[in-house]
Amino acid sequence: MDNAIVATRPHTHETAVAAEHEHVVLPQHRHHFETKEQQREAATFGMWLFLLTEIMFFGGLFFAYLLYRNWYHDAFVVSSNQLSIPLGAANTAILITSGFFMALGVWAAEVQKKSLLVLFLVLTTVFGVAFLGIKAVEYHEKWEKHHIPGSHFDVSEFINPPVNPKTGKLTEKPLAPDMAQKTQVFFFLYFAMTGMHAFHMILGIGLLFWLTWRANRGEFSAGYVAPIENFGLYWHFVDIVWLFLFPLLYLINRHPGY
Amino acid sequence: MSEFHDPSNVLNPEHADHQIITPVTYGMVFLTLLIFTGITVGAAYVDLGIFNPVVALAIASFKAVVVILFFMHVKYQSNLIKLTVAAGFFTFLVLITMTMSDYISRAWGLW
Repeated sequence: MDNAIVATRPHTHETAVAAEHEHVVLPQHRHHFETKEQQREAATFGMWLFLLTEIMFFGGLFFAYLLYRNWYHDAFVVSSNQLSIPLGAANTAILITSGFFMALGVWAAEVQKKSLLVLFLVLTTVFGVAFLGIKAVEYHEKWEKHHIPGSHFDVSEFINPPVNPKTGKLTEKPLAPDMAQKTQVFFFLYFAMTGMHAFHMILGIGLLFWLTWRANRGEFSAGYVAPIENFGLYWHFVDIVWLFLFPLLYLINRHPGY
Repeated sequence: MSEFHDPSNVLNPEHADHQIITPVTYGMVFLTLLIFTGITVGAAYVDLGIFNPVVALAIASFKAVVVILFFMHVKYQSNLIKLTVAAGFFTFLVLITMTMSDYISRAWGLW
């Protein structure tokens, strides 16, 4: 049956004398793509398919939030007020800034400016790390107040809210003990959603170190932009997740009356 | 090779030329995002009743669309990419709606 192979892959001058037919293979145009454009669009398409699976993944968490917020609305309102709007808003601004530098990084790769690309990637990383730092401060406060769901969770503040010394009123509407237990559902979702978001950022920062190292070797400043561009898509996607987490967890349950 | 062989997809009316988005555009998008972050924080301190979540989510959706169109370049991509992105979000909305209608209708008539 040797003939079958010969029939589909005929022995040519090219295969016989390979050395004379060395192809210059550019990373932006590998041999299984006919053109650079085709390769770029295939890569973008593939990256978006991956991001769509990520939408479904985070979507499950968002749906759980939507449902439990309706079921245990009072508990969600009170526990949401435990989060700091200034810290959350600062983190939103920091993340947007990080995304801005990532976008500039894609531009620097497109116009083939190596040192600018490295600079923008480093700035993206710095703001990403700053975001995680503030997140760590927030998590630590929850740890100190026993607001991490589990056997050490403390509901006393939700059943007997402290009195505001200025107004002489309670700082929160007191919850019945059974509803107060449901604050654990809010904090569970808070840690699950922001934790999964932070996990994506930690992975992203790891990738940023690798990409910065490669960018510094000049790999992305001679027409090969795809790794920078597709990592940018990932980084902006993580930004978008936070753009929804911030209002849902920090903002929409504010009640200025208390 | 047929005469219609077009690996770069440039003869296709759906073709989108590769564009490099300038730092000026990115800067304007950046400012827009920061301004709307400020607005959404300010709106949270105003008691709008049931409209607080509506306003906050509308602003978040607007910001997300701006990020997708400009930072993620979807505005400048071919229709294939645009349709892929739109199909993903549409499927997500279908899943949310169907799951929610299940939860809403489970205890139908029992309240």
